Amino acid sequence: MKNLLSTVIAILAGLIVLVGFFLKIPILLEIRTILLDWAVIVAAMAVFVGVINMIRVNNTQLSSGQNSRYYNLVLMVSLVLTFGLGLFFKTGHPIMNFIFYSIQMPIEKMLMALLAVTLLLASIRLLQKRLNLFSVLFLLVTLLILLGTAPLPFGEIPFISRILRPFITQILAGAGARGILLGIALATITTGLRILLAADRPYGGK
Amino acid sequence: MNGSDWLPLIALVLVVSSVLLLVGFAIFRRKRTPVFREIPAFTHLRKAIGRSVEDGSRLHVSLGHGSLATPQGATGLAGLSALRRLADLASTSDKAPIATSGDPSLALLSQDILQTSYKEATGGGLPDSTNARLTGLTPFSYASGTMAVMSEEHVSTNLVLGSIGVEAGLLTDMAENQQSFMLAASDSLPAQAVLYASAQEPLIGEELFATAQYIQPSPMHAASLTVQDILRWILIAGILLGAFLKMAGLL
Repeated sequence: MKNLLSTVIAILAGLIVLVGFFLKIPILLEIRTILLDWAVIVAAMAVFVGVINMIRVNNTQLSSGQNSRYYNLVLMVSLVLTFGLGLFFKTGHPIMNFIFYSIQMPIEKMLMALLAVTLLLASIRLLQKRLNLFSVLFLLVTLLILLGTAPLPFGEIPFISRILRPFITQILAGAGARGILLGIALATITTGLRILLAADRPYGGK
Repeated sequence: MNGSDWLPLIALVLVVSSVLLLVGFAIFRRKRTPVFREIPAFTHLRKAIGRSVEDGSRLHVSLGHGSLATPQGATGLAGLSALRRLADLASTSDKAPIATSGDPSLALLSQDILQTSYKEATGGGLPDSTNARLTGLTPFSYASGTMAVMSEEHVSTNLVLGSIGVEAGLLTDMAENQQSFMLAASDSLPAQAVLYASAQEPLIGEELFATAQYIQPSPMHAASLTVQDILRWILIAGILLGAFLKMAGLL
């Protein structure tokens, strides 16, 4: 009964939002706006539930005495502290800005820098992992684009930076990217329709 | 009527015809499953799942951080659909699968899916309700939280199926360090480039959306792939026709 009810609600809500996009009927548009507002409220509540989930997971690991328990402790203390300060001070307050610009952002940038190193290593390992024509081509194109973009001590290589690089990035890669994106868009349509037809029901665990 | 006025009408025709085709193929071709091209990554995935069930290690599915309220939500839904099938396949394992996500609604849905799958397989509730986890709310915090799960939860098979950016490179690196299997797919083009170079089994483009069908075929998913192929051919014909008309000066 619960599953049937959630399926009916999901199909109805999906249909109203979809039909409201095509047909500009005032009453339909009004219901559509209300439904979208509800979706925003539910999504905001989901963040709250998600954070509770995060606290539960970390609390379990903290009490189980795993090696990572100090990291769990740091995470819990940071979470509670930031949440408390966020309640007390408003967004844009110097203390909140300090937390964001001096702690959160440098950590994320450090991970970005780490990513550059891991990508370099992955490129080196690529031929070892998958030695085929496409891997060789992938690495060759990467090198050509880097050569055409990076400032070189003896100046640019005209053929690479003025002819080859624009040809690869704007024509070959551009066309390939559009093809991939169109494929993803078509798959998105059919995935959405499967949900709308209740063939896939992630809300009921199906 | 100018060009932009036609767009909703074209979209409506596209959606209605897709629904009809989807339902039609699902009903009339229910007994005859169409044959799709072989994707070796899925063959390797099945073997990896078999190994993880045998050695009692864990299966980990990372669903990305695409919010369901955005266009990236479809990728998350495809990931959830695959998660259900993977959870069913790994239900005989000693350790229940674990799902990580960077979006709270995805985390809630994945918990629902894991619990339903476990309930159907064993008749009881999931012993550990923390198997579906929200590991971070920003892309890099999500990646670092997921890396911790990969290293501490005795994971031997990893799947990244969702909207994730270049930070996917950190996950593939962790899988490499843990010597665990990694199949990865994303809807983001930069992420696909990163995954091609770093993941053990990368999926490109819409292959992500075919995951559920390749893991456990169903008439609706098979119909969905057939409809995608038909729409693709219509699109190819449209592009060619448009280019021809433009060259002929008729557009």
